[in-house]
Amino acid sequence: MSEQLIVPTMAEMMAEGKTPDILFWVGSAGSYDDRAKKITKAFVKILNKAEVNFAVLGTEESSTGDVAKRAGNEFLFQMQAFMNIELLNAYEVKRIVTCDPHSFNCLKNEYPGLGGNYDVVHHTQFIKELINTGKIKISSNTFNNKRITFHDPCYLGRANSEYEAPRDVLNTLNATLIEMKRSKSTALCCGAGGAQMFKEPEKGDKDVNELRTEDALKTNPNIIATGCPYCMTMMSDGVKVKEKENEIQVLDVAELIAQAQGL
Amino acid sequence: MNYLPNIIFAIALILGIGYFAKNVQKLIRNIKLGQPKDVSDNKSQRWKNMAMIALGQSKMVKRPIAGFLHVVVYVGFVIINIEVLEIIIDGLFGTHRIGLSILPESVYGFLIGSFEILAALVFITVVVFWVRRNIIKLRRFMSAEMKGWPKNDGNFILYFEMVLMALFLIMNATDTTFQNIASGNIVSQFIAPLFSGASEGTLHIIERSAWWLHILGILVFLNYLYFSKHLHILLAFPNTYYGKLTPKGQFDNNDAVTKEVKLMMDPDADPFAAPAETEEEEIPAKFGASDVQDLSWLNLLNAYTCTECGRCTSECPANLTGKKLSPRKIMMDTRDRLEEVGKNIDANKGVFVDDGKQLLNDYITKEELWACTSCNACVEACPISIDPLNIIMEMRRYLVMEESAAPMELNNMMTNVENNGAPWPYNQMDRLNWKDE
Repeated sequence: MSEQLIVPTMAEMMAEGKTPDILFWVGSAGSYDDRAKKITKAFVKILNKAEVNFAVLGTEESSTGDVAKRAGNEFLFQMQAFMNIELLNAYEVKRIVTCDPHSFNCLKNEYPGLGGNYDVVHHTQFIKELINTGKIKISSNTFNNKRITFHDPCYLGRANSEYEAPRDVLNTLNATLIEMKRSKSTALCCGAGGAQMFKEPEKGDKDVNELRTEDALKTNPNIIATGCPYCMTMMSDGVKVKEKENEIQVLDVAELIAQAQGL
Repeated sequence: MNYLPNIIFAIALILGIGYFAKNVQKLIRNIKLGQPKDVSDNKSQRWKNMAMIALGQSKMVKRPIAGFLHVVVYVGFVIINIEVLEIIIDGLFGTHRIGLSILPESVYGFLIGSFEILAALVFITVVVFWVRRNIIKLRRFMSAEMKGWPKNDGNFILYFEMVLMALFLIMNATDTTFQNIASGNIVSQFIAPLFSGASEGTLHIIERSAWWLHILGILVFLNYLYFSKHLHILLAFPNTYYGKLTPKGQFDNNDAVTKEVKLMMDPDADPFAAPAETEEEEIPAKFGASDVQDLSWLNLLNAYTCTECGRCTSECPANLTGKKLSPRKIMMDTRDRLEEVGKNIDANKGVFVDDGKQLLNDYITKEELWACTSCNACVEACPISIDPLNIIMEMRRYLVMEESAAPMELNNMMTNVENNGAPWPYNQMDRLNWKDE
């Protein structure tokens, strides 16, 4: 179908005596979740097109432990963290990029205390860097006259105060970017954080993702953009609950950029 | 007999300040019941945060209406208190408006004039606050946890302030010598005509009564603080100083767990070895928190600082969708339980005697704890750097690591992470399959 993705692993690189500039941390969702895998592939297409010298851990990668930590299982988190740090340090990893804000936050903020010190960036920050350095150019008019609203992932936004990178990237698309009433530091969670993704919600009036989708629908968007595989699930489900899936697409920033490049 | 008022004043002052000091000691003791937490780093940033957030009210004004109203009361309260200095000197030494004999008339007039304007503004603002709580009934003041004492507390504070401001203005309005100077009576000159029919003697009695009630009211209000959410006027300062400096998403790595995990993962470690002589550190009684003594002292300071404004709860995704979780209630419960523990210690000669209760279940339910999405909206919303999320996480840690009491689905998820390195039951060897799909 599409052209073959080039995805070298750290092990292969090492065997060939090569060192990648950056490690792409795919994350559990990006590896196994059908919808999130599309985000992973879109991002790899961007990396390939920009000829980024990267590698993945492949089958050596394991959960960051983030979700265990948020659920309260500090033991399991630290077991995972020490295991991953041992591997990352053995490969002498310096820089990491990930499409998952939860992995991003965990690797960036919680691994250093356990001996894992890396320069960690979120993929929207990395794409912004690629645009700024001219490695990728957005010239098509794919999204002309499209209305896009960006849903801030909590672990990128409030947790790490990164509100601008995804917006800067989206602004290169020639689309109309409309903010929801609750955005940036006051953005409403999609409902998946804190391990909620893996359990049924407590009793209430409605689900959080439904409320957040209502926020998004008020901007009358063609596209709801986000930068997190869990937000993707929650917002896509929310759009389905509102029976708007035929009119409104939910897309990751990486997917939008890949599409704009015709990838 | 001439010195009787001075003596009564001095006694009132000593009693008022003394009782308050005693309660402050109790407050500090209760906060110290918490676990140690090192916050000695980054002093310059901490001072800056305190200056911006507490002194400068930078986060209050994120909500412009409430923020503006609050700034009026805050500035009024701080500046009008300069007048209390004069009242104390007059009271102790039997002088009358000592300021007039020290300062030039114009300066004194300017000061009192400013106080009068502020007093009038504070009075009006406090009435608006009351209307917001009792007539408009803003949603965040109507939550389940705001019934009973918290609701009354909020209103008592407003009544206190209304009365104190009114007394200050009446005191000036009925002070004939002050009115005759006609400098500084910017507001009180319009109140004075209300008393125009009264004789000199009656005016004097009203003036003296207002003066006494004003200062006694201030002393009573000072002592009310300890029992009230109004404690924030003092604790907001240390609380913003000690507030979190690291990114909001960064949760503490539990050191006790680190030790155990390292031991577990060390292939050379002998599990049956006797503990080394050198590191005779005691193993913590438990992981996470089920009661207030398991929380850090900073969590406890947070609880005493909370003024129950409910901005946190009004931003909480769980609360907004009808779940039981309310970050404000987490803070209120923590304070209530801490007070209960403190009273227990007082009643038992300085030792806590198990009362069969704890913060978990008796105050905060599992249902509340598991509803949290850890999104940090509550932390972001707090105008004085309170972190309800940290308490929620500590209690989850207790539930999971001490009681294995996570919801079934989360236990499944964690088993998956343990077995195959992902929250779903997929084979780790399939991690890269997406590449060729």
